[in-house]
Amino acid sequence: MAFTLYSLIQAALLCINAVAVLHEERFLSKIGWGVDQSVGGFGDEPGIKVQLMNLIRSVRTVMRGACYFLLCTFSHFRQKMAKKKNYVTFYQFFYVFNLGLCHI
Amino acid sequence: MDLPHQGFRATKQRARAAPSAGDAVLFDDTSSAAPGMNSQGFYTPAYNMAGPSNDMQGAPGVNNLFADPMASAAMMYGSSLANQGKDMVNKEINRFMSVNKLKYFFAVDTRYVLKKLMILMFPYTHQDWEVRYHRDTPLTPRQDVNAPDLYIPRNSAMFSPEVLGLCASTALVWIIIEVLVMLLSLYLLTVHSDLSTFDLIAYSGYKYVGMIFTVLCGLMFGSDGYYVALAWSSCALMFFIVRSLKMKILPSISSDSMGMGSNSKPQLRLYITVATAVFQPIIIYWLTSHLVR
Repeated sequence: MAFTLYSLIQAALLCINAVAVLHEERFLSKIGWGVDQSVGGFGDEPGIKVQLMNLIRSVRTVMRGACYFLLCTFSHFRQKMAKKKNYVTFYQFFYVFNLGLCHI
Repeated sequence: MDLPHQGFRATKQRARAAPSAGDAVLFDDTSSAAPGMNSQGFYTPAYNMAGPSNDMQGAPGVNNLFADPMASAAMMYGSSLANQGKDMVNKEINRFMSVNKLKYFFAVDTRYVLKKLMILMFPYTHQDWEVRYHRDTPLTPRQDVNAPDLYIPRNSAMFSPEVLGLCASTALVWIIIEVLVMLLSLYLLTVHSDLSTFDLIAYSGYKYVGMIFTVLCGLMFGSDGYYVALAWSSCALMFFIVRSLKMKILPSISSDSMGMGSNSKPQLRLYITVATAVFQPIIIYWLTSHLVR
C-alpha cells in the first residue's frame, strides 16, 4: 500500500469534514451526545464520552468555514491533476457542493 | 564548515555572510571541549545550557576587501537584510517547534547511543526504567539512558527508506498516523502525562531500528532469517515500549499525596500501552515484507 503524503492529507481532511458535519440539533441531541447533556461531574474526571463531545464541538467550531474552503481547493487541484473530461469535473463540483451544503 | 542536517537549518541560504552566527542560534559545537563525542564526522550535536553566544560580526570583516564604496554599502545592506530575515524566520520557527526542546532530543553521545541500541535489541536485562529528573526537568539523553532521543530514530529512518528501497513517504505517513492516534487516545482518556509530541515521535521512531535489523537479516539469511529476526526484534521492541511507556502513562505506585495521575480507569490505559506495543511488529511486518518474499 503506497500512501503518499497528499493522500494522507486528503483522507484527514475528509475525516475532519465528516466530524464537522454532525449536526447538533438534528442528530447529536437525538442520540444523547449534545453539548447540553455533558454538564456535570465537576471533579477532574470528565470521562471519555464528555471528552468526545467536547472534541466534536471544537472541531465543528474551528473547521466550519475552513473545511469548505479546503475542500474546494483540493477538488480543484485534483481536477487539474487528473485532466479528465467535462463530466468528471461536474462530478467533482457536485461532490464538493454536496459536502459544503452539509455544513448548513 | 560542515553544516548539520537540512531539516533544522531554514536559514542556510541566507547565512552566506555570517555562517557562524547561524550555527550559534541552533547548535553549539562543543566538540573541542569534549573530544570523545564525535561519533560521525559530519554531525556534532551539543546541548548548551548557557545559551547561544551571539557573534554577528561576520559581515564587517568581509567588507574590507571591497575598495568600491558602493559594493561595500550594498554588502552591508544585504547582510543587515539577511540578519533581519534570519531573526524573523527564527521567531516563526520558534512559534511552531520549540528549538530548545528539539536540542534536548539530540544531545546524545556515543556511549548513550550504544547503550540505547543494546537496550532496544536486548531489553530483558535492563533493570531500572525510570526516567531520571534533575530539579523538575528531565535529564538529557547524555546523562540518562532511559530518556527518549530523536537521533537514533532519525538516522534509522533515513537508512531504512533509502538504502532498503522502501517508499519513504509511506513510512512517514504511518508514523504520522500512529502519532496522531496516540495523541488522540491520550487526550480522550485524560491522561495527564508529560509525554509531548516529540516524545511520541521518538518512541515511534525506535521501530525503525528493528526494521533495519530485520531486513538486513532477511537479505543475508533468506526468508528464514527474516522471520527469526522479525520475531526477535518484535519481542524486544514490544518489551521496550511497554516498559518505557508504563512509567509515563500508568499511575505510579509510589505516588505522593493523592495521586497526581488521572482518574480514568487504569485498565484503559493499560490497553493503550499494550495496543501501542502490539502495533509495532504489525507495522514492521507490513512495511518490510514485500522486500523479502
